[in-house]
Amino acid sequence: MPLVYYLGLSAVLFSIGVAGVLLRRNAVVVFMSIELMLNAVNISFVAFAAHWKNLEGQIFVFFVLVIAAAEVAIGLALIVAIFRLKQTVYVDEINLMKW
Amino acid sequence: MKDAGDPLPAAGCVFASRIILHEILFFLFSGVAVVSALLMILHRNPVYSAIFLIVTLFALAGFYVMLNAPFVASVHLIVYAGAIMVLFLFVIMLLNLQKDAPREGGKFLRRALGAALTLAFLAELGALFAFKFYDQQNVVPASAVAGVGVGTGEVVVGSTRAIGAELFTKYLLPFEIASVVLLVAMIGAVVIGKKKLK
Repeated sequence: MPLVYYLGLSAVLFSIGVAGVLLRRNAVVVFMSIELMLNAVNISFVAFAAHWKNLEGQIFVFFVLVIAAAEVAIGLALIVAIFRLKQTVYVDEINLMKW
Repeated sequence: MKDAGDPLPAAGCVFASRIILHEILFFLFSGVAVVSALLMILHRNPVYSAIFLIVTLFALAGFYVMLNAPFVASVHLIVYAGAIMVLFLFVIMLLNLQKDAPREGGKFLRRALGAALTLAFLAELGALFAFKFYDQQNVVPASAVAGVGVGTGEVVVGSTRAIGAELFTKYLLPFEIASVVLLVAMIGAVVIGKKKLK
């Protein structure tokens, strides 16, 4: 299996994540799309690790996982806090910091 | 996993069938992953989006197993499908999110802009592949390319033991910092989630 296949899959999944961030208004779904992008990058890390017979790609996936977990915890707490304040999770209605 | 011992006479045959199996599984898993990812961003109900994301994550775990990374696959399933997605579903439930309401004004322009930007991004990536990899395959000697198919030939298996050994020797400092990051995130989530800040 050539490496390019895995990188192509990774690129497609990342683009779907980008589309989700750009097209959706629901902040929870936007967050899920960000998770999808992180996972797309993880696929290329593991594919590179298998390609170059080097374990470090897999170690990096571990750290990406840690950061993703931290990011989700903080992000969902923020969404809950904003919902409490504004009664909405739609990103186009959240304009508290808009000048 | 490393096969304990391919029987010598049939080694070539086993090798070939493994490559074919690898390809079938690749296209199966990538089809599942891409379709459910698309459904995730297209579905109007966030609960269904979360469930489609879980399906995508399971397909990705299949890739990790195929790429000789059993540790990553299991941790991925536990952390993502287990912990993170439960967190997502919990928040969706707490906020009582229903179907997204249709948006009245300015919708088409926003959608068109988003779709155009996404397509531009995808085209950029495609161009990158088209030029970069084509060049590389010409430059790198054929012997080096032919032997290194992903997940075939001699393998480095990311077993728990191997990853643990790396993690606790070479990557000890990042590992400890990661634990601090998780602690900070935990405290931050509690503080942000509190009803009233004093």
